[in-house]
Amino acid sequence: MKTPRERIGLALIALALIALPFVLAAAGTAWVRITNFAVLFVLLSLGLNIVVGFAGLLDLGYVAFYAVGAYVYALLASPHFGLHLPFWVILPIGAAVACIAGVILGAPTLRLRGDYLAIVTLGFGEIVRIFMNNLSAPVNLTNGPKGINRIDSFQIGPVNFSSTDTLAGLAFSGPIKYYYFLLLVLLAVIVINRRLQDSRIGRAWVAIREDEVAAKASGINTRNIKLLAFAMGASFGGIAGGMFAAMQTFVSPESFVLNESIMVLAMVVLGGMGNIWGVIAGAMLLSFVPELLRYTVEPAQMALFGKLLVDPEVLRMLVFGLALVLTMRFRPAGLWPETRHRREMSENRR
Amino acid sequence: MDILLQQIINGLTTGSVYAVVALGYTMVYGVIQLINFAHGEVVMIGAMVAFSVITSLAGSGLPPLVIVMAAVVAAIPSCMLMGYLLEHVAYRPLRHAPRLAPLITAIGMSIILQHLALLLWGRNPLAFPQIIDNRVFGIGGAAISSVQIAIILLSLTMMAGLSWFVYRTRFGIAIRATAENVHVAGLMGVNADRVIAATFVIGAGLGAVAGVMYGSYYGIAHYTMGFSLGLKAFSAAVLGGIGNIAGAMLGGILLGLVEALGTGYVGELTDLCHWPIASGMLAGHCADGGNFVLFGSNYQDVFAFLMLILVLVFRPSGLLGERVSERA
Repeated sequence: MKTPRERIGLALIALALIALPFVLAAAGTAWVRITNFAVLFVLLSLGLNIVVGFAGLLDLGYVAFYAVGAYVYALLASPHFGLHLPFWVILPIGAAVACIAGVILGAPTLRLRGDYLAIVTLGFGEIVRIFMNNLSAPVNLTNGPKGINRIDSFQIGPVNFSSTDTLAGLAFSGPIKYYYFLLLVLLAVIVINRRLQDSRIGRAWVAIREDEVAAKASGINTRNIKLLAFAMGASFGGIAGGMFAAMQTFVSPESFVLNESIMVLAMVVLGGMGNIWGVIAGAMLLSFVPELLRYTVEPAQMALFGKLLVDPEVLRMLVFGLALVLTMRFRPAGLWPETRHRREMSENRR
Repeated sequence: MDILLQQIINGLTTGSVYAVVALGYTMVYGVIQLINFAHGEVVMIGAMVAFSVITSLAGSGLPPLVIVMAAVVAAIPSCMLMGYLLEHVAYRPLRHAPRLAPLITAIGMSIILQHLALLLWGRNPLAFPQIIDNRVFGIGGAAISSVQIAIILLSLTMMAGLSWFVYRTRFGIAIRATAENVHVAGLMGVNADRVIAATFVIGAGLGAVAGVMYGSYYGIAHYTMGFSLGLKAFSAAVLGGIGNIAGAMLGGILLGLVEALGTGYVGELTDLCHWPIASGMLAGHCADGGNFVLFGSNYQDVFAFLMLILVLVFRPSGLLGERVSERA
């Protein structure tokens, strides 16, 4: 049972989250969009956390599942094929397709050691991008490097997520509606994650992460349980991808490069693999810091040197690279570690 | 022109580059059972340094061969330094940590190296100046250029040199002993730290030459080139049996051939108009010599990956690897 003090705290956090977009909108709609993307990255990180954090499988091609979800949405809700299915039909389809992709990729590789998986997923991410780039001939499936545009926004009854509605004197712009939707999805994902973590499956994942041989000896079907982690992570990626497509109304292979996978990995690692709250904090931190850099470094360089020496985009990737290296060197269990994981990461293994 | 022979020559050329890069992966893996994730980036740095040297000396009037030699001589120590740094920053401090940890630091290092290269050499592909008069010889209806001959010969020389070093010298014995068992090797007086650092440095040195060869063959260097080159070379190492030096060479050459032949023939093979069943249905497309190609040569980069998956499914220990891949 929660104490009254905790209840009040939770209520205050909830109120702050509900009021947040209007405060941000006052500073500019761009900030609402940035926040939406941060929440999207939180979703992705939570998905990857199942694979990397819970089950200890290094997946370096996570963006491929994100891409699959995004393209499923784009193909089923755009003029490209003339299909306009509602989002609540497409998102589950996207999750299912991503899940199947995860199983196909995972089945041959999961019985091997972790580093093989890392490199195979790395390659897979690249292959998916090559296919998206080239599947415009002989049948135009993905429209190649040009991507697919004019993707439908979400539509719930009469409410369209691309326009502004006014309710009780408050202007609900498109990004604000997406914000609330994302918040709901995030809440659902957090609940699912918490439940999973404390379930039989969750404990099996942690057992595999800590010692696969011992887990196997305890009667866990390690291959299937690992496959389950992989498939589940993939379907979260697929859902996030679908929402990305709807929010952007445009997808192209450009959005799904290796760097995106690395970014999500850095968020999981920095926050603390396996700890849901840590991962959320890590994703938030690594989403906003580069944005702040973008707004400070560029003017600072212009003022100091009169020209742009270091592109903020490059700086951003350097921050992600450094985050990976420094976290592993000095705080291997992340900034907000999970207790059991901290013990494991500091343990000397010979 | 004979396409088959031509593709075999091209495949041998790229295959020898893959083989030399694969040696770097396989040596490190043999000793510490970890993938050196940033090896592709080291190769890229080698190509970049060579590019800088060649462009700055191109107008100096020195003979072309001297310029290329200077480029190689500059690239090797730069890459060796990179390899050494990489081992010290990403692998050494985490040697007793769970396996995931060094992999993650290495990924971080590779992103950092990539973007530092972007800052130094820019975002655009760099064209290698054509200083060598690339003569083309005809053999049996196909063409082979002097650069191709040089690449194949140089790779073979380096592979022979490495084999001699590993199998015939004292330090080579130390490397093999460490690969067999670090602790026992330590008891026999082998300094494991030195051996491990040495495998990174040797691999990086070979990678530097590979970078120069790759750059001069394709005439281009780019800050992202290390990624796909590294992925392919790793696939080659796995194909041959990772940890096995002869396997890396064999795997590299085979992968080069598969890629070249695959790229050369995939368009023809997946042209549905050549398939009796499909061509009837696609009569409209196939009339007047039309075609319906499912996969063209733009899928070149897919072959290495397919090969990797197939090897992992059917023979995870690779062609020459004896060790059955351990679980966990």
